[in-house]
Amino acid sequence: MAKIKPEDLDKITEKIKRTMLLREGEHRAKIIVHMGTCGIAAGARKVMGAFMALTDQEQTKDVILTTSSCAGLCSREPMATVEIRGQTPVKYVDLDEEKAKKVFSDHVLGGKVVEEYALATGSERVG
Amino acid sequence: MKAFRTYIMLCAGTGCVSNGVFKIKEVLEQELEKHSLQDEVAIVMTGCNGFCAQGPLMVVKPEGIFYQFLTPECIPHLVEEHFLKGRPVKDLMYVPPEKEEVIPELHAIPFFKDQRLIAMRNRGMINPDSIEEYIARDGYRALSKAVGSMKPEEVIKEISDSGLRGRGGAGFPTGRKWESRRKDPRTPKYVVCNADEGDPGAFMDRSIVEADPHSIIEGMAVGAYAVGASMGYVYLRMEYPLAVKRMQYAIEQAKEYGLLGQDILGSGFDFDMQIFKGAGAFVCGETTALVASIEGKPPEPRQRPPRTTLWDKPVVINNVETWANVPVIINLGAKWFSEIGTETSKGTKVFSLAGNVNNAGLVEVPMGITLREIVYDIGGGIPKGNEFKAVQTGGPSGGVIPASLLDLSVDYEQLAQAGSMMGSGGMIVMDDATCMVDVARYFVEFTNDESCGKCTPCREGSRALLEILNRLCRGEGKEGDIELLQELGESVRDASLCGLGQSLPNPVLSSLEHFRDEYEEHLNNHRCPAGVCKALITFNIDKDVCTGCRLCAKKCPQDAITGEAKKPHEIDHDKCIKCGVCIDVCKFEAVSVT
Repeated sequence: MAKIKPEDLDKITEKIKRTMLLREGEHRAKIIVHMGTCGIAAGARKVMGAFMALTDQEQTKDVILTTSSCAGLCSREPMATVEIRGQTPVKYVDLDEEKAKKVFSDHVLGGKVVEEYALATGSERVG
Repeated sequence: MKAFRTYIMLCAGTGCVSNGVFKIKEVLEQELEKHSLQDEVAIVMTGCNGFCAQGPLMVVKPEGIFYQFLTPECIPHLVEEHFLKGRPVKDLMYVPPEKEEVIPELHAIPFFKDQRLIAMRNRGMINPDSIEEYIARDGYRALSKAVGSMKPEEVIKEISDSGLRGRGGAGFPTGRKWESRRKDPRTPKYVVCNADEGDPGAFMDRSIVEADPHSIIEGMAVGAYAVGASMGYVYLRMEYPLAVKRMQYAIEQAKEYGLLGQDILGSGFDFDMQIFKGAGAFVCGETTALVASIEGKPPEPRQRPPRTTLWDKPVVINNVETWANVPVIINLGAKWFSEIGTETSKGTKVFSLAGNVNNAGLVEVPMGITLREIVYDIGGGIPKGNEFKAVQTGGPSGGVIPASLLDLSVDYEQLAQAGSMMGSGGMIVMDDATCMVDVARYFVEFTNDESCGKCTPCREGSRALLEILNRLCRGEGKEGDIELLQELGESVRDASLCGLGQSLPNPVLSSLEHFRDEYEEHLNNHRCPAGVCKALITFNIDKDVCTGCRLCAKKCPQDAITGEAKKPHEIDHDKCIKCGVCIDVCKFEAVSVT
C-alpha cells in the first residue's frame, strides 16, 4: 500500500461507503423479503438473491435488504414488501426473479409502484 | 466492493473473548455455510460494545437487533430462525430488569439510548483491524486538516477553546498543557498516551484501545503536530495483551498508509509511534512514575515543579480518552464540543459502571448528567431488590457518595466537593449488603500494596491506616481509632509526594463522613451491620423455619451443621467459616446472619 495523499481519504471512504451505510442502516428504501418456511419453500431465497444481485449491479448506497418471517398470506408466496421513506409500504406477491427485477427498477429506483404485482398498500393493524 | 444484506457485528472485546466469542464465530460460520448464507450474511468482529455484563453479544445490522448471553449451542437455532427464516429470536433478546417484554432493538435499550458517544464513536461499528473502516467513518480527516491547513497554534487554540480537560483523573486543561510544551524550545519533543489504567474495576481505556486504536494514533499525531513532537509512545500495560496486539497492528497499518512516518500526507510533518509495555504497577499511571518507567528507571514519582520531562526533553502525557476526543474536536470544532457538558466540564466522560448494578458496562455520557440517571436509567438500578447504599467514583483514589447526593451533577468540581473525584471513570455501585468499613479497608489494602515506598507519609501512613481498618473489621478496635483514622488520613493526604498517596485516604475520609455510624458499630459494639466482616458475624438457623431437609448439612464444607432428619438443625460456630453456602442452598430462608 503506497503512502496516501489527503484526497485518498475520501477515495477509500467511497470504496467501502456502501458497506458502512448498509451496516448503519441509513436508507431511503427498504426491501423486506418474507421468508418463513412457506416463503422459502416457494422460492423466496431466489428472490432475495435476485434483489442482492441488483443492488450490487447498480451499486446502490441507500437501499437495504432485510428478511422477516412469514407475512401471513402463505398461498401468495414469495412475497416482498417495499418501503420507501415517507411513503406507504407496498406488498408484492407471487414474485420470481423476473418480477423482482421490475419491482426494483420501477419502484425501488424509479419510485413508481408496479400495480400488477402488488397485493395491497399499507400495513396491517396491530392490537 | 461486494455488499452483504446482513452484517453480524460480533463483539470481540476482552470480556466477550474470554467468554468464548471465537468459538461462537466458528459455529456461526459453519451454520451459515450449512444454509448457504455465507454470501448474504457477513460476520464482522468489532471491539468492545460496552454492555459487558450481557456478553457474549452481537448486533445484527441493518435492523439493529441486539442479542445477548450467546452460547455456541444457541447458534444453530439463531441462524435458522433469524438469518434464514427472518424470525428474530426472542429468547436471546434483552429483557429490562423486573420486566417481561423484550426490547429487540439496540437503540431502544435504555442502557444504550441514553448515552452520547464521542470518545467511543466507533464502538461496535467497525473492525478495529481495518484502517479503511476507520477512514470511512471520518477517520484521519482531523490529521489531514491539521497538517494541511492549520498552524500548530491554531490547533492548540481549538483544543483550548473546546474546554477539553484531561480524562485521566486530574482534569488539567489540555490546551494549556500543550501550549506550555509548544513554547519549550528544547527538542526533540515527545507525546505519550497513558494507557496504564491501573484502577481496579476500570476498563474504559482498554475498551477504546481494543475497539478503536486508530483514534488514539490520530489524536496523538494531531497533538504532536501542535507541539512539535516527532515521536510518540503508547504506555500500555502488559495485562492488556489484546489491546497491545490491536494497537501494534494499527500502528503498522498507519505506517503502511503513510499516516505515520515521514512526510505525513505530503505535509512535511514527520511523526512515528511505538508501544511501551508497562509491567503492571499501579503507580506507573502517575505521570512522573510513568516517565521514569519509560526511561528504564524504577517507577518512583518525583516532585513537581519542575515540570515532567522525558529524557530531559518536553513531553505531553495525556490519557487514552483525552487523545480519543482530539480528532472529533478538530473535525467538528471547539464550539460544538463546548456546548456539551457543564460550565467547567465540557464534553462527555466514559464511566465503567460496575458493582451491584443491573446493567454493568461502559457508558459515555455528557458531563452534567446526574448520578441518579447513570445508576437507575442507564444502569437499570440495583439487582435482587436490594437498596442503593453508595457509589464509589474514581477508583481507589475516590470517595463514596451516599444516596442523599444521588442528584449530584457529574462534573470535576461537583464530585470533588462531595469528597470524591472524577478519577479515570470507575463507578462502583454498592448495595445495602456492603460494609463501608470493609470497602475502605479493601481500597487502602490495594493502594498500600501499590505504594512505591519513596515518601514516608504514603508508605508508613497507608500501613498504619490499614492496620487500624483491619483491627476494626476483626472487632479489635481501640478507643480513639476513629479519630486517629481521620487525623492520619488528612496527614497522608496533605503530605504525600504524589497523587497515589494524596488520594489514598479518600475512601476512608469520605466513608467516615457519610457512614460514621458503621465505624462506631464496628468499634463499640463489635457489630457489622451489613453482615460482611467475618469476625463480627454469626450464622444461625431459625428453628421455627428449618424443616430438617439436611441440604445445608450436606453442602457445608466444614461439616459444621448437625441435626436429625426432619428436625431443626444447628450450626457449630467454632467450625463455621461463614462461607455462605448454607444461605445459598436453603430453600426456606432459614439461615440468617447477625
